[in-house]
Amino acid sequence: MITVNKMKPSERMKIPRQVSIEQKPDERSHNFKEVSFGVDEERALIEAARCLECQNPVCREGCPVNIDIRSFIQLVYQKDFSGAVNKIRESNYLPAICGRVCPQEEQCEQVCTLGKKHEPVAIGKLERFVADYELKNNLFTPPSIQEKRPEKVAIVGSGPSGLTCAAELAKLGYQVTIFEALHAVGGVLRYGIPEFRLPRTILDLEAERIKALGVKIETNFLVGRTETIDEFFKEWGFSAIFLGTGAGTPQFMDIPGENLNGVYSANEFLTRVNLMKAYKFPEYDTPIKIGKSVAVIGGGNTAMDGVRTSKRLGAEHAYLIYRRSRTEMPARLEEVHHAEEEGIEFMMLTNPTRIIGDTNGRVSGIECQKMELGEPDESGRRKPVPSNETKFIIEVQTVIEAVGQSPNPIIQSTTPGLKTGRKGVVIADELQRTSRDGVFAGGDLSRGGATVILAMHDGKIAAENIHKYLQQKAH
Amino acid sequence: MYCIIEKKVLAPTITKYLIEAPYVARKRKAGNFVIIRVDETGERIPLTLVDSNTDTGTITLIVQALGKTTKALALKNEGDFILDVMGPLGNPTPIESGKTIACIGGGVGTAELYPITKALKDAGNTIYTIVGARSKELVILEKEMEQVSDKFYITTDDGSYKRKGFVTDQLKELLDANLGINMVYAIGPLPMMRAVSNLTKPYNVRTLVSLNAVMVDGTGMCGGCRVTVNGKMKFACVDGPEFEGHEVDFDEMLLRNHSYTDMEKISIDRFLEEPHVCRREGMAS
Ligand SMILES: Cc1cc2nc3c(=O)[nH]c(=O)nc-3n(C[C@H](O)[C@H](O)[C@H](O)COP(=O)(O)OP(=O)(O)OC[C@H]3O[C@@H](n4cnc5c(N)ncnc54)[C@H](O)[C@@H]3O)c2cc1C
Ligand SMILES: Cc1cc2nc3c(=O)[nH]c(=O)nc-3n(C[C@H](O)[C@H](O)[C@H](O)COP(=O)(O)OP(=O)(O)OC[C@H]3O[C@@H](n4cnc5c(N)ncnc54)[C@H](O)[C@@H]3O)c2cc1C
Ligand code: SF4
Ligand code: SF4
Ligand code: FES
Repeated sequence: MITVNKMKPSERMKIPRQVSIEQKPDERSHNFKEVSFGVDEERALIEAARCLECQNPVCREGCPVNIDIRSFIQLVYQKDFSGAVNKIRESNYLPAICGRVCPQEEQCEQVCTLGKKHEPVAIGKLERFVADYELKNNLFTPPSIQEKRPEKVAIVGSGPSGLTCAAELAKLGYQVTIFEALHAVGGVLRYGIPEFRLPRTILDLEAERIKALGVKIETNFLVGRTETIDEFFKEWGFSAIFLGTGAGTPQFMDIPGENLNGVYSANEFLTRVNLMKAYKFPEYDTPIKIGKSVAVIGGGNTAMDGVRTSKRLGAEHAYLIYRRSRTEMPARLEEVHHAEEEGIEFMMLTNPTRIIGDTNGRVSGIECQKMELGEPDESGRRKPVPSNETKFIIEVQTVIEAVGQSPNPIIQSTTPGLKTGRKGVVIADELQRTSRDGVFAGGDLSRGGATVILAMHDGKIAAENIHKYLQQKAH
Repeated sequence: MYCIIEKKVLAPTITKYLIEAPYVARKRKAGNFVIIRVDETGERIPLTLVDSNTDTGTITLIVQALGKTTKALALKNEGDFILDVMGPLGNPTPIESGKTIACIGGGVGTAELYPITKALKDAGNTIYTIVGARSKELVILEKEMEQVSDKFYITTDDGSYKRKGFVTDQLKELLDANLGINMVYAIGPLPMMRAVSNLTKPYNVRTLVSLNAVMVDGTGMCGGCRVTVNGKMKFACVDGPEFEGHEVDFDEMLLRNHSYTDMEKISIDRFLEEPHVCRREGMAS
């Protein structure tokens, strides 16, 4: 493999990892503008020079969609930013999104050779840089579609799995239509992940690029109710269907007081703020109430987004209540870090036992129990068990529960023969095939809650196998 | 974008809309509803599908102008567009047959009750209908309701039309008359549905109510519409909207439905101050 960087590896290793330019914590905790501006051209070039151009680029295997990381970084190094983004797009159609929300530290960057002794190459930041560069300079040109194919494919759900599957199939020349229940596309990227992590302009542009491939998008269309899967095959003439409906149904803890006013599922809270723009009330009609203090329950990305959003809506105290300890928190490292800087008050090893209301039926407090870590459970993490300490009450006006989600059952219950597993996930094999002929599934719907990049991976694998399936059927 | 094909004022503040939404029209069943959003800055609100026509691809909504969203809708005219219409949502009413059923509608709830009453009548049930309103001018769908009923009663709170009193007064009389009523449907304001449920409980007559919980997505994704039924948490949009009246925790629901009263007031005051709003129409209440 050719190398483009003339520097010796030992020299490259001396260059410090470049950091993003960010809004100051006390400033950004009061606005919804993006926290990080990413790296600028100068820093991107320095960062690219750190890459060792490994003969065996293990980083690529760490990436669920198998991006040719080494080559794209070489292109960055050569200042061919447009070439770099196109290199990424060969494997991942939505680079501006991944560069922002991918848990890099557990994937490509975790295995990066440079990371063995030094800090790994900031792959995610470079990805974001080239995607933003392309956006800013309007350099996007839709990939040319070689051959138009007659088969129609329906994509249900417009989250990252659906968008990716749609893009890949459209590139292959299929007639693709996305059906989305809400009034806007993006799935969790739209209603869950806040603007300050993923600006809506970025999402809108990425969606435009999907359309640029000739993909049709039907919003306000709840498959299972508006039309069923069987009707899609029989009456609409679809030859294959991809299900990417996610895991959107919120779970509640089942503790007393959950129906008091001021208790939200993270989904409702974030949907009101992100999809409905409640943070701009009364310019936008959808209301949200926050009060002086907020307790958010959970330790994942959803909880982190809830608590940071609360702070931005004006909460003086925003508590994050998690029953395990810091090290078990599943949230992305960067988000935990940012939350801390923004003054989020972490209450680890704490479990809520009851929500307390006032005479008007509004939340006035939350009762908690201190926990300690016991034996490891089936997930391998040490199980939290109640400690001997007495329970205590924190005064809050809002409680947001981010304690897990399961797939929405509407399609499963209206599609005979579609096999489901634990918590109602749709069972898909390694080719993303379900138990129904011609029906494929992926993302949170089949994984029961995972990540954006894994959803994209599934969408991509599904597209490849839908292609094979349709080719076989044609012959 | 969904075009308003026809608009007709039925009573002060109550308007009927025919809206082009062919996918929804094809699938509508009695008991279903849609979620609409009037414009870009608007809220998503649920409205019952009163009727539909598969040939013209239209749906019928009957809406009471209460707050910001419903008043903004009332300002739209024939030929104007609504930004979003999604549905049909909710479980359709299970239509049984061979029963004697009392169908009770209060206020704009009468519109929500109409498709159910019609379906029940078509299925061969004997229907006693009671329509209640605050006063004469607020009685809607009188002719239509009468047509699908075997016996038809109207009550007005102020006595300005037909019987003075509440729907429960009329219902009690019917129950006491031993007419063999073995099922009750009640749709209207929460206090009315609660009163009906309380009344029928000692008579042991199965009572179904349609819960108008505050909704956001209407697909089971937010849990904002949760209600307590038989001690269990249910989502009104996907598990309902119809539930067994004797099992519903109405007190909790009443509190939940007032979650945002103060903010709703800010919205409507702001809306009425906007210069482009035609005051007469916007305020027709
Ligand atoms: C608040 C939050 C923050 C997160 N942060 C991160 C992060 O930083 N990094 C990361 O990698 N992951 C993160 N995740 C997880 C990640 O967002 C998900 O794993 C990913 O979005 C799953 O994608 P998907 O395509 O499977 O479905 P989703 O994104 O869930 O999209 C599903 C779409 O299908 C639609 N739909 C559902 N049912 C129907 C139907 N019957 N008909 C039509 N449409 C339907 C829904 O409206 C929705 O738009 C986060 C999740 C949440 C909730
Ligand atoms: C399943 C269902 C079917 C309905 N069918 C009809 C119908 O056919 N005709 C009709 O006139 N009304 C119907 N409603 C009620 C209608 O949705 C509310 O009147 C409307 O949302 C009021 O909005 P607004 O902005 O005009 O008033 P606001 O001033 O915002 O609110 C007035 C009251 O309406 C309720 N409300 C407010 N926002 C929502 C929301 N997003 N979702 C639900 N309720 C809300 C609250 O109880 C509030 O106190 C139905 C409600 C449900 C749940
Ligand atoms: S998509 Fe994610 S895992 Fe793959 S290279 Fe980009 S940041 Fe790394
Ligand atoms: S493993 Fe790290 S150093 Fe090696 S090619 Fe990949 S990014 Fe560069
Ligand atoms: S309205 Fe969101 S779950 Fe029912």
